[in-house]
Amino acid sequence: MQIFPRELNHLPLALAVVAGGLGASVFLLFWVYFTPPNLQVGYTPKQPVEYSHRLHAGELGLDCRYCHSQVERSHEAMVPPTQTCMGCHSVVRTESEKLASVRESWETDESVAWVRVHQIPDHAFFDHSAHLNAGVGCASCHGRIDQMEVVGVVEPIAMQWCLDCHRNPEQHIRPKSEVTNMKWEADEGWVAQRAEVAAALNPPMHCSGCHR
Amino acid sequence: MSSYDAPIKELGETYLLPEGTTANDVTETIAGVTENPAPRGWWLLFLLSLSVLGVMTAALAYLFYQGVGAWGNNAPVYWAWDITNFVWWIGIGHAGTLISAILFLFRQKWRTSINRFAEAMTVFAVLCAGLFPAIHTGRPWFDYYLFPIPNQMDMWPNFKSPLMWDVFAVSTYLTISVIFWYVGLIPDFATLRDRSKNLVRKRTYGFFALGWRGAHRHWQVYERAYLIFAGISTPLVLSVHSVVSFDFATSVVPGWHTTIFPPYFVAGAVFSGFALVMTLMLICRTVFKLQNIVTIKHLDLMNKFMLGTGLLVGYAYAMEFFIAWYSANPYEQWVFLHNRLGFGILDENGNWGPLWWAYYAMVFCNVVVPQIFWFKRARTSVPIMFIASILINIGMWFERFVIIATSTYRDFLPSSWGMFHPTGIDILTYLGTFGLFFTLFLLFVRWIPMIAIAEVKGTLPGAHPDLHALEAHDETPDAAAAPVPAE
Repeated sequence: MQIFPRELNHLPLALAVVAGGLGASVFLLFWVYFTPPNLQVGYTPKQPVEYSHRLHAGELGLDCRYCHSQVERSHEAMVPPTQTCMGCHSVVRTESEKLASVRESWETDESVAWVRVHQIPDHAFFDHSAHLNAGVGCASCHGRIDQMEVVGVVEPIAMQWCLDCHRNPEQHIRPKSEVTNMKWEADEGWVAQRAEVAAALNPPMHCSGCHR
Repeated sequence: MSSYDAPIKELGETYLLPEGTTANDVTETIAGVTENPAPRGWWLLFLLSLSVLGVMTAALAYLFYQGVGAWGNNAPVYWAWDITNFVWWIGIGHAGTLISAILFLFRQKWRTSINRFAEAMTVFAVLCAGLFPAIHTGRPWFDYYLFPIPNQMDMWPNFKSPLMWDVFAVSTYLTISVIFWYVGLIPDFATLRDRSKNLVRKRTYGFFALGWRGAHRHWQVYERAYLIFAGISTPLVLSVHSVVSFDFATSVVPGWHTTIFPPYFVAGAVFSGFALVMTLMLICRTVFKLQNIVTIKHLDLMNKFMLGTGLLVGYAYAMEFFIAWYSANPYEQWVFLHNRLGFGILDENGNWGPLWWAYYAMVFCNVVVPQIFWFKRARTSVPIMFIASILINIGMWFERFVIIATSTYRDFLPSSWGMFHPTGIDILTYLGTFGLFFTLFLLFVRWIPMIAIAEVKGTLPGAHPDLHALEAHDETPDAAAAPVPAE
């Protein structure tokens, strides 16, 4: 007596297809989708003030360090306080609707609740000044901020991405005078000498470099 | 004319199973267990096991919620019941592979009546064991970091750590044990399929039997696969528990840093594994009336194994002491004389080394108790072997506890001496693993033939290809051979 229908001969093939599909899904889920390039890149939250980096850094040509003033000296690239904004906006566009919450902050002494875009966990210590002094430009990590109406994440801020550069910094360093130059591109003279400069950097590859 | 594996009458050897056992008797007895309604006791035990499993789940939930501080281990005893239970359960599992694989390679036909049972125990014990490495970590949700998976951190496990090797050893061991067990089950699933009365049962067993027809070609391939698995499992069983012993032996702690650990742990594993097989087999044998298949002869041989491995373990205990003295290392001498035996300075309350009792319990259970098996009367007495096998497992639990806790609670620096007290969660977690073990075990007993039907048939007189030639020369086992007592 046959206890299984003849069609069941296809069962191994069907199981193989299902197993293959499941395997591919797991791969897509964890190696492709649930990874920083997908989870972080493109994160562009709405800010309490419609601040435009394109206007200030791009069209008006402000140097990055005018607002993020401690970035060469501190581990933290500070978000400018209301005072910095009011340095101009107490006389420029004083009636603008878009600046209402900045003026309110000025009057009430309450900080503007900016939303942090580039987040790394507290167990990873990042030092801005060390990178700027080593010749890593703003654009290498943050992209062309001078062209962004609203700031978003461009690079995956993940350990692999950090280590790729620490292992091979040559491609990502520039003359220290050019770190805040958004439009800078390596010329032949720099390409000829950057390997030597990179060799002297010796970026940390050990745990305590960041996880201190 | 005689067959290489026929009993030698002149030496008083007989066939393994009692005279007159037919292939049909074997099938009826073993398959009957899965076909007849479960005894009431089975249901009671099953519900009890499920409840205990529930207790374990609750204990684990509390552990994850509260953190590993819910257990009593803390500086300086960072490993306590968690790792004790891990090593104990892993050890239990090793008898299964020894009986299946190593005895198979040695052509020990008496293994056929106990190998299925022991393999099942291996699988369930390894599942219980595998739980502990996973839950004893402070952040169990990061356990997957232990596997070498390419990831966005560019981070890999450190392959220098024996705890890392544990991951590979235990996961490989579980996989191979399951496959080995399942390959052995295929012909028996086919038997159950063919005896099934209703279609659901027929199809279920038919699915797992993978279309087994018992063709010559099937058997040829099967036997070859079985031999290969036995060949793979044998080095595996020796290496897995060696790797487990490396967790301690590769450290610098006096009492742990010992080169004798790998073989000593394996001997202990076989010792405790055989003991648990014995305990459970004695119960199943009586409840399901398997006395004609698991005979006193089988039990006698198992007891001899326990005696043998018990002596090996005893030798290791003695050698540890000898080396501690011979090394002239004051730390090692301290661990053995004070931490374990209890001699030395008294504390402010006038007490000895406070964990001394664990060492004496261990020596009594593991060294003294098995000596009873020198006597044939003890080896063939069911009550004696039942009690002895339970004591041995208690002793082997203490062995792991002694090694782990009494080496660490007072070591190099007196300023970092401490004590270990288990908490309720420690105890409930350990007890709870019995729920997991027995739930699976009881399901196994009811739904899977607990003795390898096909293999036992191979030991019957009728299985000998030259039976008729033997009969013609009057060399067949006959009534003159001593009948085997049923009990």
